Amino acid sequence: MLLPFLGAAIVAGVAQKNRIASAWGAGIVTALSIAILTNLAYVPFEGKTLIHSWNWIPSIGLTFAFRLDGLGLLFAYLILIIGLLVIVYARYYISSRDSMGRFYSYLLLFMGSMLGIVLSENILQLAVFWELTSLSSFLLISYWQHKPEGRDGAKMALTITGGGGLAMLAGILLLGHAAGSYTLSDILTAGDAIRSHALYTPIILLILLGVFTKSAQFPFHFWLPHAMAAPTPVSAYLHSATMVKAGIFLLARLYPALSGTEEWIVLVSTAGMITLLLGAFTALFKHDLKGLLAYSTISHLGLITLLFGFSTPLATVAAIFHIINHATFKASLFMVAGIIDHETGTRDMRRLGGLWSFMPHTATLAMIAASAMAGVPLLNGFLSKEMFFERTLIDETLLNFLSPIFATLAGAFAVAYSIRFIHNVFFNGQLKNLPKNPHEPPRFMKIPVDLLVVACFAVGTLPVFTVAPVLAIAVTGSLQAPLPEYSLALWHGFTLPLLMSFIAFFGGIFIYRQRKELFARYEKNISRIDARVPYNTILNALFDLADFITSGFNKESLQTMIAWTLAASFLAVFAGFSYGDSPLFGNRAFLSMDWISIAVASIFIIAIIATVLMHKSRLVSLISLGVAGLIVSLIFIKFSAPDLALTQLSVEVVTVILILLALYYLPQHTPKESSKFRIIRDLILSIGGGIGVFVLTLAVLSREYTTIGTYFLENALTGGGGTNVVNVILVDFRGFDTLGEITVLAIAGLGIFAMLQGLKLYAPSKDIHGFAWSADIYPSILQTLARLLLPLMLMVSVYIFLRGHNLPGGGFIAGLIASIALVVQYLANGIAWTRKRIPFSTHNLIVYGLLIAIATGLVSMTIGYPFLTSAFTHLNWPLIGEFEIASAIAFDLGVFLVVVGTTVMILVQLGKLSLNSHKTHKKKSKEGQN
Amino acid sequence: MEILLALIIAVLTAAGIFLILRARTYPVVLGLTLLAYGVNIFLFAMGRLHIDKAAILNNNAEYTDPLPQALVLTAIVIGFAMTAFVIALSLKAYSKFGNDHINGTPVKRKDK
Repeated sequence: MLLPFLGAAIVAGVAQKNRIASAWGAGIVTALSIAILTNLAYVPFEGKTLIHSWNWIPSIGLTFAFRLDGLGLLFAYLILIIGLLVIVYARYYISSRDSMGRFYSYLLLFMGSMLGIVLSENILQLAVFWELTSLSSFLLISYWQHKPEGRDGAKMALTITGGGGLAMLAGILLLGHAAGSYTLSDILTAGDAIRSHALYTPIILLILLGVFTKSAQFPFHFWLPHAMAAPTPVSAYLHSATMVKAGIFLLARLYPALSGTEEWIVLVSTAGMITLLLGAFTALFKHDLKGLLAYSTISHLGLITLLFGFSTPLATVAAIFHIINHATFKASLFMVAGIIDHETGTRDMRRLGGLWSFMPHTATLAMIAASAMAGVPLLNGFLSKEMFFERTLIDETLLNFLSPIFATLAGAFAVAYSIRFIHNVFFNGQLKNLPKNPHEPPRFMKIPVDLLVVACFAVGTLPVFTVAPVLAIAVTGSLQAPLPEYSLALWHGFTLPLLMSFIAFFGGIFIYRQRKELFARYEKNISRIDARVPYNTILNALFDLADFITSGFNKESLQTMIAWTLAASFLAVFAGFSYGDSPLFGNRAFLSMDWISIAVASIFIIAIIATVLMHKSRLVSLISLGVAGLIVSLIFIKFSAPDLALTQLSVEVVTVILILLALYYLPQHTPKESSKFRIIRDLILSIGGGIGVFVLTLAVLSREYTTIGTYFLENALTGGGGTNVVNVILVDFRGFDTLGEITVLAIAGLGIFAMLQGLKLYAPSKDIHGFAWSADIYPSILQTLARLLLPLMLMVSVYIFLRGHNLPGGGFIAGLIASIALVVQYLANGIAWTRKRIPFSTHNLIVYGLLIAIATGLVSMTIGYPFLTSAFTHLNWPLIGEFEIASAIAFDLGVFLVVVGTTVMILVQLGKLSLNSHKTHKKKSKEGQN
Repeated sequence: MEILLALIIAVLTAAGIFLILRARTYPVVLGLTLLAYGVNIFLFAMGRLHIDKAAILNNNAEYTDPLPQALVLTAIVIGFAMTAFVIALSLKAYSKFGNDHINGTPVKRKDK
């Protein structure tokens, strides 16, 4: 079952080396699947059902389950055998310009999805495979991507069947709800419960929507003729034997659960009858060979649907019998059409004629297959058509006496278009200016057709010995009830159905003789009706609606969008606050305030407000931002978080340098743009946000809480070997998180590197007041000081790093300090000078840092502990004294390296931009001197 | 003290929101930085406020909650990386569109 999916990948791979190999691969995969299926085929023949299931998402009733019963077996055989024939055929059909691997991998994908549908035990899973067939058939129909009609046809097919699939999914969910289970075995036995369920009408409406779209029933039939833009093997496979039969299959599958009610009979039979007549009628007037076959397929699908609509066991026998027959003769006819197209270069019946003398073999095959389609005795089409006529006579529920008349009429048209197919193409006049010289196709292109035609003949003459057993188990599988009595004999005596066949036969010949006049009338009156027009109208209206709704929300302004998002979140938070009746604030005792704190907080708030007010003159606002950042680190110190304070302090320094560098290129002032309304709106939003956060913070802070922090406090020394619990958490307990975080850091750094690579920005040559920049780019006082400071700063960094496990410090902070030390060198001495003296690249630092961090984790894995378990031992270091050395320190080293690498890289990248612009300035000034 | 801290967070948030609603990239960067401060302090405060109870093991019995601190520490560093990224992005946009409006609409040049 899953074999075709695997095969698809293999075939796509093989095809890159050898085109023919992909055909062989696809063939072998299919043959293997047939072998496996045959191996299991004894199960349904014994009257049992084979079910295999694995839990997938049990909570929503989704299991991965397959069932093999008679119905599934029949369809699986149809899919695989016709698939194999199509694979052989397509090997010679697909021209050397097209990618064969792509074709075969799509085909196998499709085959796998179809098998998934017919062998599913779970109906949700069935819906998944159903959508997969829609998708893979889209790929197949649009296989010739360069042809616009192929793309349009594929789009239309996808829209219709995909839309139907969605409706069906909804129907299936309701069905599962009504039946109380999503497994087919349960649903099929729960038929009475489902039929009496309140949701029965929506269920069948939705499911039938899926069925009708897939099986091209009126009024959704129009996508099928347009899908004929596909390569002919695809049409032969999808549109005769498999995909369009998926809808029919679902009718047969759910027959015990859904059928028999008034709604079912009316809906299914009406759609079937209209489709039958419309298809048969239109087919006669199509000049395109494949168009004729497409409409004929539509009409035959209508016939099968109609039979299911009758809702009697015998009608089901006839329907399933006709499924087999239609698959055989229609696939062979499509292949014949493909041969004719391939060998003559056209499918237009007005240009074809007299091909009998060029390709007698093909002509013979076509004649037999077309006769089967017309329902000529001794061929399989005759038998099922007889059964159909018989059913229409007995039909009492609907249309009553009309249905045999309609059936005969449709039969007559079927005869007429079958004659046209043969007479127009193989006899009747001469070829008219063909692009190619016609001749017989390669032998292997005919063999699949041979086999199918032989099958038509065998079933038609000796039904009891060929098709009877398979038909019997398939019908049992569909009905889930004992087999009704029926006879497959060729000769029932002079009965009414036989009379109807005769009328249809001669009526058909009569209609064909009158064709010239009929064609003229058709051209004049009906041919202008094109289903694409309403389809496109509806589609365009939908697009317009979508555009309208989008443009209602999306004013193409990020500001408005952010404002909407914020406003929405305020509403959500407000709703959260007002929900429930617990008091807003708890009664945890607050810490007492002191004057210093109040003073610092006031400075802080002033700094923030200054940042906002002065954001138009950018440098000033940056300075006040720096003030705010420094006070944040004071806050951390005040509330017992020395590690955070150190980190915040160093990050603040780096951030300010970074923004300063960027500000060099960006405009120095923000123009005044916001309208008053907008400022008021933004003020309301931001003050609202502030109040919300204020309340939230207080609500949390005034409540007692339980923490998992005590665990870390108790285990830091014994489990992690360090007294600085924050650092131990970072490098040991939550080491995996930290690994993720330094990876994010590294990716951000590389992203910035990639973005700034090759960026050309021109810094202004003068500052905002019109003064030239200082000519002394690298002031010597700064240079001297910076060089002196470097070893000192690096030493501090190492010290902070080493003590990190026990006292405030660690890889992050040490990394930031080291980066500042290096960046100061760049600032003071220039990039070129510094780079010469730093023997490693920042990229390598990042890579090695990550590698070391990961390696630390892996080492603990190799000795049998979970990833990133740390070990530690005590070490006596001269001068510093005794301290524990933990393997986590290696991990911290990784963190350190990544932080240094990323930070330095970001700043140097920004700085390098100025190198470019300085150069251009110098060039410009030189040019000026010259 | 808690009220003071809540006030600080509230002012940071309000200022941050106001700035990210501006039309130019630079105030948005400032606003994001302020918001990041606010969020960091807020997360940190989730461990409740403690004075003189650092999470360094010694013989004292009382400690602060180390977990929010560890989370905020990495949050600060990542916040820095994000700020740097946004700045690089705004530089790139400036060089590409010739202006620093956040919608990134190119300036119509007359001479081309």
